[in-house]
Amino acid sequence: MTEKPKVATASLAGCFGCHMTLLDIDDRILSLIDLIDFDKSPIDDIKELGDCTVGLIEGGVSNSENLETLREFRRKCTILVSMGDCATSGGIPAMRNTVPLKECLEEAYLNGPSVVDGVIPNDPDLPSILDRVYPCHEVVKIDYHLPGCPPSADSIWAVLNFLLSGEENLELPYELIKYD
Amino acid sequence: MALELRNQAVNVNEIVSNHGTERHHLMNIVRDAQDAFGCVSGDTAKAIADAMGIHMVEVEGVVSYYHFLTRKPSGKVTIYLSKGAAPSINGVRELTSVLEEVTGSKFRKSGADDAVGLEWTSCIGMSDQEPAALVDGVVITNIDADKAGSLVAHLVNGGDPKEFSTETGDGKNSSDRIHAMVNNNIRKKGEIIFGDRIVGDAIRKLVAMEPSAVLDEVKNSNLRGRGGAGFPCGLKWDFCLKNEAANRYIVCNADEGEPGTFKDRVLLTEQPELVFEGMAVAGYVLNAEEGIMYLRAEYEYLYEYLLNVLNKMREANLLGCNIAGMDGFNFDIKIQLGAGAYVCGEETALLESTEGKRGEPRDRPPFPVSNGYMGEPTAINNVETLSAAARIIEKGADWFKSFGTEKSAGTKVLSVSGDVERPGVYEVPFGITLAELLREAGGENAKAMTVGGPSGKIVSSADFGRRIAFEDMATGGSMVVFGPDSDILQIANDYMEFFIEESCGRCTPCRVGTTLLTRHLEKIRAGRGTKSDINYMINLGKVITGMSRCGLGLTASNPVLSTIENFSELYDGLLTGEEFVPIHDMDLAVRIGREIANFN
Ligand SMILES: Cc1cc2nc3c(=O)[nH]c(=O)nc-3n(C[C@H](O)[C@H](O)[C@H](O)COP(=O)(O)O)c2cc1C
Ligand code: SF4
Ligand code: SF4
Repeated sequence: MTEKPKVATASLAGCFGCHMTLLDIDDRILSLIDLIDFDKSPIDDIKELGDCTVGLIEGGVSNSENLETLREFRRKCTILVSMGDCATSGGIPAMRNTVPLKECLEEAYLNGPSVVDGVIPNDPDLPSILDRVYPCHEVVKIDYHLPGCPPSADSIWAVLNFLLSGEENLELPYELIKYD
Repeated sequence: MALELRNQAVNVNEIVSNHGTERHHLMNIVRDAQDAFGCVSGDTAKAIADAMGIHMVEVEGVVSYYHFLTRKPSGKVTIYLSKGAAPSINGVRELTSVLEEVTGSKFRKSGADDAVGLEWTSCIGMSDQEPAALVDGVVITNIDADKAGSLVAHLVNGGDPKEFSTETGDGKNSSDRIHAMVNNNIRKKGEIIFGDRIVGDAIRKLVAMEPSAVLDEVKNSNLRGRGGAGFPCGLKWDFCLKNEAANRYIVCNADEGEPGTFKDRVLLTEQPELVFEGMAVAGYVLNAEEGIMYLRAEYEYLYEYLLNVLNKMREANLLGCNIAGMDGFNFDIKIQLGAGAYVCGEETALLESTEGKRGEPRDRPPFPVSNGYMGEPTAINNVETLSAAARIIEKGADWFKSFGTEKSAGTKVLSVSGDVERPGVYEVPFGITLAELLREAGGENAKAMTVGGPSGKIVSSADFGRRIAFEDMATGGSMVVFGPDSDILQIANDYMEFFIEESCGRCTPCRVGTTLLTRHLEKIRAGRGTKSDINYMINLGKVITGMSRCGLGLTASNPVLSTIENFSELYDGLLTGEEFVPIHDMDLAVRIGREIANFN
């Protein structure tokens, strides 16, 4: 038996909602694991990323760790997908882009009404924060964008099936990309 | 403070009662408040809202929308310097540093403490005499370092901008009521718009005809709109007429916001009666009694003059009641000033603005011909279209059609600026080639030109054999010429900045897309672009074009799309061979973050 294609996922600056929706494919997950092996992903806790066919990215790029993870995914995945609005556009975390970083940090860690003896975190063990939050495609080449906050389980399912089928043109039916 | 506030409240009440408390007066009220206080602060907005019985948010919404209305003062007096392609060619960049030096202020960062504040503004309709600026509505043209110095000295000493210079321009610019240093620069007069005529001829001819015969004449003339879109004028009037209504309105679009055009300014200076007669012609056909001219704020220096022309026409019975002795032919015109917003030239945004609101485009349909000003059927036409309509009534449709080409009857008034020896206004028959125009204007060695301003196309010399006509290159008339040394992608970049500035922000593709396109263009210009960026820009351009609500978004990608089409070699020469280069320098993003958070 040939090896099954591998799929890895990562959550960068996101809320895990996209990953929760991935699980919402319900019992189809059983057919999915017949079809693929999961590589590094928050849902299986594998730590090392191997070579994969598909990488799904939730969330935008907000700190140096996000940046490294995303670059590594790009190196190791043949097809990289921005999943959800945070990945495709920065989403909610990118709201901080309208306020200069210094003010954001000062409000959060020094001047906020609930802060006592605040300090702006600068422990070298922590990932350092970027000046702004970036959508993934401004950092690495992204092959597909799947919009939605979160995208529906059905559309994630459809996209995975398509990508694994090796077909040429993806046309999601209207119901799967309609958001109101 | 309390006293100041009370004084302000008194003044505000005065301003409001000068105009009236109906909502559509709001624009005039905030304009007056801006004049009186140098800004429309929160307190002023509140006082206006109270006096008018509306919510303060409505007032602030209007104030925040327009360029010349501000919530904070920008200097005790502000110089609004015009920026764009023509100003750049004429040295506005060098002037910028001179002005910052002599004023000690900074562009965009001026505040109440600055004696003379500095602000940018989009093209003020003076491309043939740039660099140019507005100070309290007064136009200052051909500014060099010396003039900048003496202007600032004059203003710092508390001088009235009106008294800065005794220099006056040609033609009626030197008349008492205009008295501006603006020049008409009429380089070529055609028969139709700048032909000799006697004031009132069109109206006298009009009243001898049945309204339906007048409409037929306009239809037969094949006159098409001169504002850019080229819709047949007679057909528009016919649609408007077919909508049953107690009231219809005639609106003259004198917003002339397309960078590089200034021909309406010259028409309004030299031939205002012709324009007003054109409005009366429309009024006669459509049985409308009220006409409104929407005059861009940048042309406020013509306001009093135009009001006076209207008065004289009333005295001559060319406007008002029983015009030209004809019982029941009543038509009068008022002028609505804008407050600085390019998109207000779009017909539905113009109507919103005239109703005293934020000038955001409406959904179309319904079109103004059925639901226009105050919801009534309204015919909106460009200054030049209306002037041509008046001439058609004077001289007949056949005479009109004897100029131009089969599909583009008549003449077109072009505004020519940039790298030419004779910048100014040219009235030419439709069908002339760009090369012929360049020869007349003294720009034969041009390597590119803009046909129709930023919303039109940037074409290379390969296209100079093409014709100015609806069947080939349609244009509202903005022709900016670029000499052999010009940096075409810099110009495209400047044009994109214009759209970023002027997008009303309602549609995401237009608001966000214009910025994205610009950032990619900048990336390419910095030598970091890839082939995939070009494809991305083409696709994004299509999204912006197809998904925007009004004509601004429809055309906002043109500077990029037309240069990709016509100057592909410029792009290709700048691309790196790599497959993907991030648009940002991510190492810098990390570094900035670490510095701000004090990481070691
Ligand atoms: C963003 C934008 C700006 C416009 N600015 C003007 C303008 O300044 N003057 C003008 O006559 N038409 C302008 N137009 C076109 C008007 O919407 C409208 O088509 C025109 O006034 C109709 O008159 P016409 O048929 O006589 O040309 C603009 C359109 C758009 C989309
Ligand atoms: S797109 Fe929505 S669901 Fe997904 S990570 Fe962002 S906020 Fe959460
Ligand atoms: S296309 Fe642009 S200018 Fe027009 S309504 Fe939309 S956002 Fe406003």
